[in-house]
Amino acid sequence: MALKTMREAISEALWEEMERDERVIIMGEEVGVWGGTYAVTKGFHDHFGPERVCDTPIAEGVIVGAANGAALAGLRPVAEMMTINFAFLAMDQIVNHSAKLHTMFGGQMTVPIVIRAVGGGGRQLGATHSQTPDVAFAHFPGLKVVSPGTPHDAKGLLKSAIRSIDPVMFIENATLYQVRGEVPEEEYLEPIGVSKIQRAGSDVTLISYSKMLQTSLQAAESLAGEGIEAEVVDLRTLRPLDMGAVVDSFKRTNRAVIVEEGWRSYGVGAEVAARLYEEAFDYVDAPIRRVAQREVPLPYNRELEQQMLPNMYDVIEAVKGVL
Amino acid sequence: MDKKDKLRLYHEMVLIRRLEERSADLYREGKIGGFLHLYIGQEAVGSGVISTRRPEDRVITAYRDHGIAIACGMKPEAVMAELLGKDTGASRGMGGSMHLADVDLNFWGGYAIVGAHLPVAAGMAMADKMRGSDAATICFFGEGATNIGYFHEAMNLSMVWELPVLWVCENNKYGMGTEVARASAVDEIRKKADGYGMPNARVDGMQLLEVRKAAEEALAHVRQKGPFFLEAVTYRFVGHSMGDPERYRSGEEITKWRENDPIGILRKHLLEIKGVGEKTIEAEEARAEEQVEEAVRFAEESPEPTLDTLLGMVYAGEED
Repeated sequence: MALKTMREAISEALWEEMERDERVIIMGEEVGVWGGTYAVTKGFHDHFGPERVCDTPIAEGVIVGAANGAALAGLRPVAEMMTINFAFLAMDQIVNHSAKLHTMFGGQMTVPIVIRAVGGGGRQLGATHSQTPDVAFAHFPGLKVVSPGTPHDAKGLLKSAIRSIDPVMFIENATLYQVRGEVPEEEYLEPIGVSKIQRAGSDVTLISYSKMLQTSLQAAESLAGEGIEAEVVDLRTLRPLDMGAVVDSFKRTNRAVIVEEGWRSYGVGAEVAARLYEEAFDYVDAPIRRVAQREVPLPYNRELEQQMLPNMYDVIEAVKGVL
Repeated sequence: MDKKDKLRLYHEMVLIRRLEERSADLYREGKIGGFLHLYIGQEAVGSGVISTRRPEDRVITAYRDHGIAIACGMKPEAVMAELLGKDTGASRGMGGSMHLADVDLNFWGGYAIVGAHLPVAAGMAMADKMRGSDAATICFFGEGATNIGYFHEAMNLSMVWELPVLWVCENNKYGMGTEVARASAVDEIRKKADGYGMPNARVDGMQLLEVRKAAEEALAHVRQKGPFFLEAVTYRFVGHSMGDPERYRSGEEITKWRENDPIGILRKHLLEIKGVGEKTIEAEEARAEEQVEEAVRFAEESPEPTLDTLLGMVYAGEED
């Protein structure tokens, strides 16, 4: 199997789905002539043409709104938010329209849209460009929210998202684009709404996704050196949330740490911990711990920003706290 | 337009009027919940524009959508059942007054977030254009929607991409209770289209025949060249929604506009046509009234949607 970067995996998924289905179009800021701000759609404009790789004005409301309309009319638009922070300008289209039209009009319409948005902190971009607001999107029924942590899953999940007839928010993390992983040469899909064990272990369950999956895997490797075997469960989809692998693992380890890059309050950790207490209370041997971002708007200063973000050492410390 | 078509549109406008009046009664009786925005006074805009569309043309509007739905061919039964929240309603009781739609009629819905359906209209037109279809999308909205960012984003995009959209601004003078000049930097709304280099026109929205003529010309432009902005000057004879105290306008003003009733104007015109007498017109009026009563009966006897229907409708499915 070939080693590929996250960026290559995402790009391949888009390319293959555009080759497979002519209803698939891409629209967003600088996706065409520029080739994508993160070079994900490099070469697409020349190959597929400006009709299917549409450079838009800088106007997120109309990017997602027009993508919603195109989806209602039978296309399969992939709307790109240059960063997830800009998706707040399209929040009404995403939560009041993409997520609701199917139900609100009695099932007669479908909105097969994918909204790709890249987030994450740690690049000294300041408070408005560094957020990980994934849970804000995962709050809404009607929307599916996917956020992969490996190149393999990114490709397989994005292909499934494009084929989904439901709206999918596909959240990437900018600091993962250079991460390499094994990606099969042959075609494959990964199912939306299915968690996955990415590393086996028997002492503690680490639950995470996206960038924090990589952080958790690094922490697990380090802990192994001390004789502690952590099992790492990757949520991959935040809505619908699959607790299957999480509960299975927890019933074996009886201890859990949930790791997310976003803020702790009302976060993924809060949701997963509550569900573990609800679904597996009898298996709890220690209070479930959460590792998350400190509750501040992220600063520009490099050192301060890094201190605010969760890292491998925070995970290791939390694991030791539950053992 | 021949006599028969004029009578058909007269009937349609009366049907809308009666349906709205009956809805107001049912709202007061507590049978209709939520918000109820009536189209009374504005009938000639919806009926006039939509009567010029082809079946492949899409229609989309805001929350004052009952009249637009009827003009698109929705049966009064489906409207009334939706207002009563029934399973037989246009949106199976999930949408209510503000969210009527029938995809099979190419009526893509009423939208209750002001301005939000304008980008959606642009996207539908984009899909049709990509397919090489010469269908147009007709998008209705109030003048109040022209102050929100969505309006400007959608105007701009439709011109940049030369999308086949007919933008129809129903200028009824008030955004809820705020008079147009108190909220909009220009009160002749069509001038906003100039800012995007978009051809535009202003028409008396109380005159069905004039609305039709303007819409025909506008749609011809849309099919050949791209977006067109049509401002229809109209007036709602009743409050913004039920329970509006109407402190923002005077009784005299309403009375003055009521003298300009679009239904009265068309009625007078019909009576001037040879072979159309009071009897012919009264027969159309009686038929509309009977249809509304039938719709109410149908809606009241219809079943409620079930919990399973709702729970099965949050997602459409996996993939296709």
